[in-house]
Amino acid sequence: MRFRSILKIAIRSLNRNKMRSFLTMLGMIIGVAAVIAMLAVGQGARDMINAQIAALGTNVLLVFPGAFTSGGVRMEAGSSSRLNEDDIATIKKSCPAVMYASPVARTTQQVKAGNQNWRTSINGAYSEYLDIRDWDMQEGVNYTDADERGANKVCVIGQTIVENLFGAGTNAVGQTIRIRNLPFKVVGVLSEKGQNAMGQDQDDIIIAPFSTVQKKLMGISYANSLVASATSETQIEEARQEINQALTDRRRGSSGDGTDFTIRTQTDIGNAAEQTSKTLSILLASIACVSLIVGGIGIMNIMLVSVTERTREIGIRMAVGARGNDVLLQFLVEALVMSFTGGIIGIAAGAGFSVLISKVQGWPVTVSVFSVLLGFSFSAAIGIFFGWYPARKAASLKPIDALRYE
Amino acid sequence: MAQVPMILLTDLCKNYAMGDTVVHALLNVNCAIVKGDFIAVMGASGSGKSTLMNILGCLDVPSGGTYMLDGEEVQRFSPNNLAALRNRKMGFVFQAFNLLPRTTALENVELPLMYNKSVPAGLLRKKALEALAWVDLEKRAFHFSNQLSGGQQQRVAIARAIVNDPVILLADEPTGNLDSAMCVEIMALFQRLNRNGITVIMVTHEPDIAQYATRKITFRDGCIISDEQVPSRRNAELELASRRTDPNDEAHP
Repeated sequence: MRFRSILKIAIRSLNRNKMRSFLTMLGMIIGVAAVIAMLAVGQGARDMINAQIAALGTNVLLVFPGAFTSGGVRMEAGSSSRLNEDDIATIKKSCPAVMYASPVARTTQQVKAGNQNWRTSINGAYSEYLDIRDWDMQEGVNYTDADERGANKVCVIGQTIVENLFGAGTNAVGQTIRIRNLPFKVVGVLSEKGQNAMGQDQDDIIIAPFSTVQKKLMGISYANSLVASATSETQIEEARQEINQALTDRRRGSSGDGTDFTIRTQTDIGNAAEQTSKTLSILLASIACVSLIVGGIGIMNIMLVSVTERTREIGIRMAVGARGNDVLLQFLVEALVMSFTGGIIGIAAGAGFSVLISKVQGWPVTVSVFSVLLGFSFSAAIGIFFGWYPARKAASLKPIDALRYE
Repeated sequence: MAQVPMILLTDLCKNYAMGDTVVHALLNVNCAIVKGDFIAVMGASGSGKSTLMNILGCLDVPSGGTYMLDGEEVQRFSPNNLAALRNRKMGFVFQAFNLLPRTTALENVELPLMYNKSVPAGLLRKKALEALAWVDLEKRAFHFSNQLSGGQQQRVAIARAIVNDPVILLADEPTGNLDSAMCVEIMALFQRLNRNGITVIMVTHEPDIAQYATRKITFRDGCIISDEQVPSRRNAELELASRRTDPNDEAHP
């Protein structure tokens, strides 16, 4: 039997039960649309996270003290080794791939200005810190190396601090804030950066000279971590190795194991975030797949009903010379027409829904060729998979039994 | 009967298991049918005549014995070969017409051609229309089967049965659902086909319908109890012609 006539018969028999065919197809439509929309949303979320990570400055390296895990025994971070300003001196001297480097002393304190107070983290770092982070000043200026040398009580604050201590829109430059009762002069306000990929408010921060925070606020002789930037994004791996070498060399004399620090780059963080969003997309896609399978079961169900209903027709066809395979093909094509049509409508609906999400949520939603192909091949596969059993059942009927069926 | 038989049945048996008991629908049937025969198979219901028709039509397989068709042992054929055999050599006419519902007369007649790969797609419609013209229904080609009267439906079924130029026409109570006027018309078609060389095997339980055949085989309890030539054969076409001249005959009592 020719394929065109098979197709014609399939379409006609689906037309006979329009409502039933449509409802069956609806299962496929919802399934495929869900796959397309979920993949698009997942992809959009991933793109957004990547963009944010890129905005963080992708050539930043972080050095944390202490091995996070050592032979299964977890040490308190920072307890095994102390990073300090000498490490920075060494890095600056022996690492050509490193552009800027700074120690960081971090403490969380209650900050007061006038009758307002706010708890936030204070980062003590060299004035290069802003260059490393690639952060801009909105108002005022950065503190200088002279402030660093003199351990002056000056600071640069983020927008959230301005809002909470002075009120939004106030010019905070020149004002004084008190941290542990020490007066700090605000010399600059950072421009707004919003949340980072991890959902932290990047504007809720105070930056002050390292020596001031280390000695006057914390009273410690070491640094909590080091931060550095590579000369370019491509030099990150190079910079990481150089820093690793320099710090290991420096420690071989004094401390035994030599690798009691960890270097993290934004690429690592980016990879972790990427992994998270990938997991999310897979989760969304699997939920969508479940609805596809449910749609497929709907097709199978209706095809089984159809085979039973049309047993006599099958018998007539067999009596006039249809082989088992002709009957099989006829019902399989019918299932395929349903799943394919459902798939195509589903792709369109999914794409439309994705655009709607991007409009409403403001997400960069991307419908990829991959997801369209996936939706398409999924609907074909489901048509064959769930159409096979009913078609097989029809084909294996004995002609005489089918003809006698009432 | 010096002719080589087209159909030769030897010790043909068909058993059905009904629970614990075995029912012998056919028991050691021996029969030879030559090309050009017009056979009426008679018998009470349950006598095995329908079972015989199903086996002859390759819709069912015998439990024992042999069925030789044109020198080939049909029971050895694969299901696909049986389908091809039904398609090329046989035409079926049923009591309940068995046309596809919600399908036009033309498409019903095209059906056997669709499963015949030797007929090019372009010829389908032409051949189907020719067959419909032969049963005088070409004007009804595009009517759906449910828009046709019983007699018209049966004529479409006959067109469908002959469209692939079969050698055997198998009819299972073809007149069972028709009035007597229609019966004569159908019999006229059968007799014309038979004159053209097609072997007709027809199951009926009406003795006067059997009178149109050349040979009458009677079944009882799965066995042939009589096999005889029809003594005074009726001629359907003559009856039709006389009816046309006398409209107050049995057609309109």
